[in-house]
Amino acid sequence: MAIISTISLWMIPILIGFILIHGTWKKVPTYETFVEGGKEGIKIAISIIPFLVGMLVAISIFRASGALEFFVGLLRPVLERIGVPPEIIPLAILRPISGNAALGVTSDLIATYGPDSFIGRLASVMQGSTDTTIYILTVYFGAVGIKKMGDALKIGLMADLIGYIASIIVVTIFFGMQ
Amino acid sequence: MINLIWVLMIVIGIVFAMFNGTMDEVNKAIFQGAGEAVTLCIGFISILVFWLGLMRIAQASGLLDKLANVFRPIIKKIFPDIPDDHPVMGYILSNMIANMFGLGNAATPLGIKAMEELKELNGGKSEASRSMITFLVINTASITIIPTTVLSIRMNYDSASPAEIVLPTIIASVFATVCAIFIDRFMYNRKKRNRVK
Repeated sequence: MAIISTISLWMIPILIGFILIHGTWKKVPTYETFVEGGKEGIKIAISIIPFLVGMLVAISIFRASGALEFFVGLLRPVLERIGVPPEIIPLAILRPISGNAALGVTSDLIATYGPDSFIGRLASVMQGSTDTTIYILTVYFGAVGIKKMGDALKIGLMADLIGYIASIIVVTIFFGMQ
Repeated sequence: MINLIWVLMIVIGIVFAMFNGTMDEVNKAIFQGAGEAVTLCIGFISILVFWLGLMRIAQASGLLDKLANVFRPIIKKIFPDIPDDHPVMGYILSNMIANMFGLGNAATPLGIKAMEELKELNGGKSEASRSMITFLVINTASITIIPTTVLSIRMNYDSASPAEIVLPTIIASVFATVCAIFIDRFMYNRKKRNRVK
């Protein structure tokens, strides 16, 4: 396990070093090229502000009003039936909507049940293996002005559900049920 | 679709607040949400400037092309509509790589850049192209190699072995992503068949 954390620590700096050495070797004017490319970064970051403001305000209202909690309650019986442990259900529902909210729930579950409990491990794997589907779709499609998103939402949510089920199975196989 | 989801979240929230007595919280949430979004974007600037600057070097030195060459057979299978040697491949790859290493904040802007290119490929239409749907479906299923945030939470709470969840996370996310690609392909083929009829 020490190897994995070392790899994750070294990966990015090594990648940066490699790109720079390779660029120098190929006689690229590295610093000037870097600045040119970097300018585009500012443009993109500024241009996505409105999309994020719109989406995060909507999600915040939805959450603060108590509506989110209510829908979590509605979906609970359905998820319980397919074997999702009840403690994990708020996370399963929040995960596609809000990354920050889901992260909050994950921290809370890990703090309450302990990082090495079944719930703690399951929350860790679920948080890591799926993404904020609704947020990604609205921000990405919104940012480039796509109005009809086809089957993307349906497929994305299905993949989330598959990810949850896979997480439960994999955690059970790896660590047992306790 | 986006418009509907957006309006519904806000309107349902407001109506809920009326009956729930949470109007005060909703008022705070409006300004908090907006502030959070701007802070997030300002945070994007640092990573974006640095990463796009580096990517430009990698592009100029031909490194990106080499990387794209390695993955081309796989990407070509997943995105049959993207022409060979199109620069969008580079953005899609760097978005996926950023996602794999848990750099969510770096992935978003790169992904948006990829979407811009895909829209251009699709003649600037306001309808999602096949490649866009595939790209976003893979994105939302997100293959993760190093779940950095989760690791740091587990460390904070004194896990005996914070990294023990890495392998299970990889397995679950690869499985979900592969399923997503197949569902996407299945839906596309079904739609095409219906259109031919």
